Amino acid sequence: MKLPFTTAALAAMIGLSAPAAASLAYVSNEKDNTISVIDTNTQEVIDTIDVGQRPRGILLSKDFTRLYICASDDDTVQVMDLATRRIIDTLPSGEDPEQFSLHPNNRHLYIANEDDAIVTVVDVETKDVLAQIDVGVEPEGMAVSPDGRWAVNTSETSSMLHWIDTTDFEIKRNMVVGQRPRHVEFSRDSKIAWASAEIGGTVHIIDVDNLEEIKQLTFQIRGVNQDKVQPVGIELTSDGRYAFVALGPANHVAVVDAQTYEVLDYLLVGSRVWQLDLNADESQLYTTNGVSGDVSVIDVESLKVLKSIPVGRYPWGVVIDPNS
Amino acid sequence: MPYPVDRLSTPALRLLTTFALVMLPWLSAQAANDALDVRIGYIQWVPDRGPVLSNVIPEPEDAGLQGAQLAIADNNTTGRFLNQHYQLESDIAASPEDALAAMDRMLAEGLTLFVVRAPADTLLALTEKAGDQALVFNAGAQDNVLRQQECPTQLLHTIPSYAMITDALAQWLNQRRWRDVLLITGTTDEDQQWAASFRRAAQRFGVTIVADKPWTFEADLRRTASRELPLFTQTDDEYDAVVVADVRGDFGEYVPFNTWLPRPVVGTQGMTPLTWHQVVESWGAAQLHSRFNEQAERHMNSEDYAAWAAVRSIGTAVTQLSDSDASDIRAFLFSDKFQLAAFKGRKLSYRGWNGQLRQPIPLVHPRGLVATAPIEGFIHPNTEMDTLGFDEPESTCDIQP
Repeated sequence: MKLPFTTAALAAMIGLSAPAAASLAYVSNEKDNTISVIDTNTQEVIDTIDVGQRPRGILLSKDFTRLYICASDDDTVQVMDLATRRIIDTLPSGEDPEQFSLHPNNRHLYIANEDDAIVTVVDVETKDVLAQIDVGVEPEGMAVSPDGRWAVNTSETSSMLHWIDTTDFEIKRNMVVGQRPRHVEFSRDSKIAWASAEIGGTVHIIDVDNLEEIKQLTFQIRGVNQDKVQPVGIELTSDGRYAFVALGPANHVAVVDAQTYEVLDYLLVGSRVWQLDLNADESQLYTTNGVSGDVSVIDVESLKVLKSIPVGRYPWGVVIDPNS
Repeated sequence: MPYPVDRLSTPALRLLTTFALVMLPWLSAQAANDALDVRIGYIQWVPDRGPVLSNVIPEPEDAGLQGAQLAIADNNTTGRFLNQHYQLESDIAASPEDALAAMDRMLAEGLTLFVVRAPADTLLALTEKAGDQALVFNAGAQDNVLRQQECPTQLLHTIPSYAMITDALAQWLNQRRWRDVLLITGTTDEDQQWAASFRRAAQRFGVTIVADKPWTFEADLRRTASRELPLFTQTDDEYDAVVVADVRGDFGEYVPFNTWLPRPVVGTQGMTPLTWHQVVESWGAAQLHSRFNEQAERHMNSEDYAAWAAVRSIGTAVTQLSDSDASDIRAFLFSDKFQLAAFKGRKLSYRGWNGQLRQPIPLVHPRGLVATAPIEGFIHPNTEMDTLGFDEPESTCDIQP
């Protein structure tokens, strides 16, 4: 009696999911000068788009109509229209843009210019450069708090976090953290910032109200040399349950309890895992694996790696469009 | 303002003013409120390498100095947020006597931090003169003796020893299973050191030297290499690869493609284990190259990297300590708090027993990276990087307090 019912239920589920539009993931391939488009339902690459040279950081506009692409070796930020998948515009970005972050106002784009030790702020509508802010050597990570108050830049060789006030574009605080800070991620309520330090092997958890470090995480994986544990990308679930930390050449993603800061698990993914993003309902996590040239898909509920999807050479960034 | 105005750009000045007024109370945990001036001496003495056969591509004369200058710029970009300012006093000496005179002058000016690119004997004389309250970084001499017998406590090494680079090569030969080699060694003292080091490495990593031949020819190989070398590289036993020990680049460039057997050439020519090269691009190295090229208008080489790593070691320590006292810096560099982010994919640190900066060794050909040692599979209880060079149990030095 039970079997037909299950089958029916399954059929109903399939029936329900089929009409839903494909949710798409975009992956920048640093050494192929392309963006791979993955259908997250079938978990297959459905398109590969030629873009500028050395694409690294990518992000979606707040209305999910455009993809911004740091074309590092072209010294420009490209704007791709998601409906047509064409590059429709370029923005002045300063030299060698690597990572960037869009203010919640959907206009102010904060760009880390790695070669020039500056952060450039561009209005994406008028294309005006609003400010260029001097930061440390090799600015890399860029994050704007969801409440729009802070823009944080990491400078890799200076090993600092620079806290930029978004109202006057002035640095209000410099924090020395572990060696080679790579990435900053804010909690949804903007109260906690997570910053990874690649060579330090640490993740620094910062209380944003007091601008104080409240916790430092380290990671140990059985059978992996400690030198190879190099935290890079961080992704947080919006319910405050998990933080996922990509550990670079350790080839693992750490799962951290975002309340207790306890490391719960390490998930084996591809080689040199770099960046990660959650899909719309946060059931799946996508990771870019630079050296193995693929994307791993992790099931968030079971914390299991489901699949790896071959993309281009040296996949760098990944974003999933929740609206597509 | 704490510094002469002309040293700083306007934005830096604006920032400094802002910090002086607003930020410094915030920074108390990491930084002193007082301005800190850090002066570093760079002394270079490179002897003429004599007439060489392969003199087509000259070596840059400012190798080392440019690396130190770039690191000063990097330190200052960081330092402006912490009210720290770095300055390089450099001297390119024309003789060992000149180099010693430069050291005297810098000591008289109160300098205690030095980076030296000079042969081992001059380096040791300079180190002795600097005194045990100073800190000297060796950014040029690869001699094993400086890591095994002559180990002044104030001397650290950012350039790898011959042992480290030849271990890297032997690991790679072993991994490729090209384990029978012909070794050709030049006549200079450096060639002999390199070859002796390779013989040790071969023994450590299971490589057999089937023939060990000294190079003594006087002929001009630019005209006769294709006739001389096939005969010279004939051996009783077959080899998998030819290893050349020709540090100054005399005859070695003419060995590839002229061997009796169709075999790859590795060592000081052909595929080369070394400190740094423009083809190393991973781990952010592309950014370092790009900064360097802009400053020096040439590629960054091993000597530049070693000097850069020395000045950045100082900068990293000063950032953490807010203090430029040489003995405090030394203590910090040997502590487990120190880690140098230096574009080699791993955190670098100094070996307590002989002051050597442990680091991966790239194996390159002129237009590409072949491999990076330590090669996977060569394991070590502490760090795989200590499979390269003299490890603690083998060391006859112990300079850490």
